Amino acid sequence: MPRSLTILYFAWLRERIGVSEEILSPPDDVRTVADLVAWLAGLDERHAMAFKNRATVRCAINQEFADPAAILRAGDEVAFFPPVTGG
Amino acid sequence: MARISVQTENFDIATEIAGLTAGRTDIGGLGCFVGIVRDEKPSASRGGAIRALTLEHYPAMTLRAIGRIAEEAERRWSLLGCTVIHRVGRMVPGENIVLVLTAAAHRQAALDSTAFLIDWLKTKAPFWKREELPDGQGVWVEPKEADDAAAARW
Repeated sequence: MPRSLTILYFAWLRERIGVSEEILSPPDDVRTVADLVAWLAGLDERHAMAFKNRATVRCAINQEFADPAAILRAGDEVAFFPPVTGG
Repeated sequence: MARISVQTENFDIATEIAGLTAGRTDIGGLGCFVGIVRDEKPSASRGGAIRALTLEHYPAMTLRAIGRIAEEAERRWSLLGCTVIHRVGRMVPGENIVLVLTAAAHRQAALDSTAFLIDWLKTKAPFWKREELPDGQGVWVEPKEADDAAAARW
């Protein structure tokens, strides 16, 4: 069964990748956030640039902060963004 | 239950205070923090002052994240009221960005919860600031270690 994820990008990740949202179906061996980042970074040059320094990328799954080890499920909304700077 | 708003328009502090205190006699003190867009002096590393600041956020997550931080403050300090307003979009130096108001029976709870709320908002709510320099160039604001340290003390 193809597993589709809605992937959102914010701030400079959105600028580097060129879109704010994409729906992708990664292969079955992509189980965690870290797996997804590694897979996305291999898609093309824009994604590679955005995920070049992984220490500066934060993630949320279904609007909750998530660790690199968090497990993905079909239909999840996965957001990638830099450390927050509001307030 | 905190009043939380994410909005493009400015807020009126007196109106917000009145909304928190109207008809109540149990409140002994209010804590208030207002964040304002600050212009910075031109420097070698920055090249120039700020012409404007644009705040981007993650709409589906923002209210939930602020709500959770506000609940934590209400619980820890037994607050009698709490208002958080965060603006998004483009703002110029001198404009308000964020308002934190807390109401408590005593001053220490009001003051400490206000500091807690702004410290956690800066590090746990999904907002990103982009500075617009006089030459039109845009620069994403880097997170500050001091902000993480401030949030960690709570």
